Amino acid sequence: MNQTLSKKLVLTLLAWFIALVVFFPIFWMILTSFKTEGEAVATPPSLFFDPTLAGYHEVMARADYVKFALNSVIVSVGSTLLALLVAIPAAYSMAFLPTPRTRGTLLWMLSTKMLPPVGVLMPIYLIFRDLGLLDSLTGLTIVYMLMNLPIVVWMLYTFFKDVPRDILEAGRMDGAGTLQEVLYLLMPLTLPGIASTGLLSVILSWNEAFWSLNLTTSDAAPLTAFIASFSSPEGLFWAKLSAASTMAIAPILILGWMTQKQMVRGLTFGAVK
Amino acid sequence: MRDRASGRTVGGMRTLFLQAPAVSMLLLWMLVPLGMTLWFSFQRYNLLNPMISGFAGLDNYTYLLTDPALWTAMGNTLLLVGWVLAITVVGGTLLAVLFQQEFFGRGIARLLVIAPFFVMPTVSALIWKNMMMHPVNGVLAWLFNLFGFHAVDWFSSLPLTSIVIIVSWEWLPFALLILLTAIQSLDDDQVEAARMDGAGPIAIFWFITLPHLKRAISVVIMIEMIFLLTIFAEIFVTTSGGPGLASTNLAYLIYIRALLDFDVGGASAGGVIAIILANIVAIFLVRTVAKNLET
Repeated sequence: MNQTLSKKLVLTLLAWFIALVVFFPIFWMILTSFKTEGEAVATPPSLFFDPTLAGYHEVMARADYVKFALNSVIVSVGSTLLALLVAIPAAYSMAFLPTPRTRGTLLWMLSTKMLPPVGVLMPIYLIFRDLGLLDSLTGLTIVYMLMNLPIVVWMLYTFFKDVPRDILEAGRMDGAGTLQEVLYLLMPLTLPGIASTGLLSVILSWNEAFWSLNLTTSDAAPLTAFIASFSSPEGLFWAKLSAASTMAIAPILILGWMTQKQMVRGLTFGAVK
Repeated sequence: MRDRASGRTVGGMRTLFLQAPAVSMLLLWMLVPLGMTLWFSFQRYNLLNPMISGFAGLDNYTYLLTDPALWTAMGNTLLLVGWVLAITVVGGTLLAVLFQQEFFGRGIARLLVIAPFFVMPTVSALIWKNMMMHPVNGVLAWLFNLFGFHAVDWFSSLPLTSIVIIVSWEWLPFALLILLTAIQSLDDDQVEAARMDGAGPIAIFWFITLPHLKRAISVVIMIEMIFLLTIFAEIFVTTSGGPGLASTNLAYLIYIRALLDFDVGGASAGGVIAIILANIVAIFLVRTVAKNLET
């Protein structure tokens, strides 16, 4: 008994040491966000200091932070809602009305996700320029929706597959049409699955940093692009950078922690459950 | 038309109707840009010089393939993908075994260790660039000095290594998350039986755990490869591909050609090469997923 306890203690120390080392940069960023600019760059780094909200106040006072955060919310929530709207009927028919072509369609959708964004940068940039979609929320929303659509269809499909067919059959007997079947039977039954699919899509859009850096400049720039503007060498404001970064990642970190289990399904296209 | 409305009798039509929006959107999203990239790659087309135009034949490709910058970028891409894969897959497997064990505060420790995966790439890169790796005020410089080493100017002397460290930090939690999920389906009885037969922890890991994780590991490798082939934001905010081309990968080279030089033809030829590389990996991934798919 004593041996298992000491083994457990060793494991605890080792695992916590690794966890803290891995988490350290995030911890340090949160800590720095409560420092003054002077303390932020102090050597040796200061662990104990008078916490101040000055960094946050300054980032918020440059009213544009709110604008960038709003852009992130609009683009990630908007693209997710659109993707769900298109994906729910598709996943429904794949799960409950499979045809010989369903398998091929699903795999083809997966393969569209493999197209490297940089391979189509030029055409998308030119199409957007000609349609006036550069630096617009509409344009970025459309791109994110299409980017996540394959994952959303796949994840919904794996959740829908788990619903016993009898339940839907019963509804059909009672004369429910396709729309009623989806709205009143399927969606309430699979709400947790739909919610975690939506959350994964929000997380992926929120953190996306290829299209946001290349297709937006100021008006439609989300937080990923705003944070990138701190990279200029003359702009070494670590406390402000940390405050802005902490606010930018906090909501997503919490969402990610909440949905980690279901995320594995979506990220591996059902290959690991 | 009436048949279509009461699709129950004509199942195929109803399926078509339900899937049409998703399928047609993805089809457009894939085919139009793909076709345009292919078309541009055979054209003389520069946004800064509208006088240049017309069919270029294979000129864009010959120019690109004989440009030493491409081969530097390809080499950097391979190094970046290779090192990050090695670090995250080996590290992720070992950590999955560790975090599967019973210990105090396991739930919270797990949350902390997967956190970096949810941090947006621009934030990760800037935290590391400024607060960790800064040659004067960074935490690493302070640690190095503390132990009597010289502080390293990471981004000018070891640019690609720095990028590898940042990207590994972001993707290690991904590998861990997937492998931890996979390891939980390991049969406890089997492990117990092996232990009864006198197998040590290393033998159990090598002959039971690792074979069990084989498919999950291959999925992790393939998914990471697809994302790692086109790492962009981390390079964009830290080194801008420099010094020189020392940390330019294929994605960053295409970006330079496209949006800094506005050479549409050359950038598209680069894009075609990136698409071909990604597709080689994609074929294997799609096959693995297909094996696991019952429709």
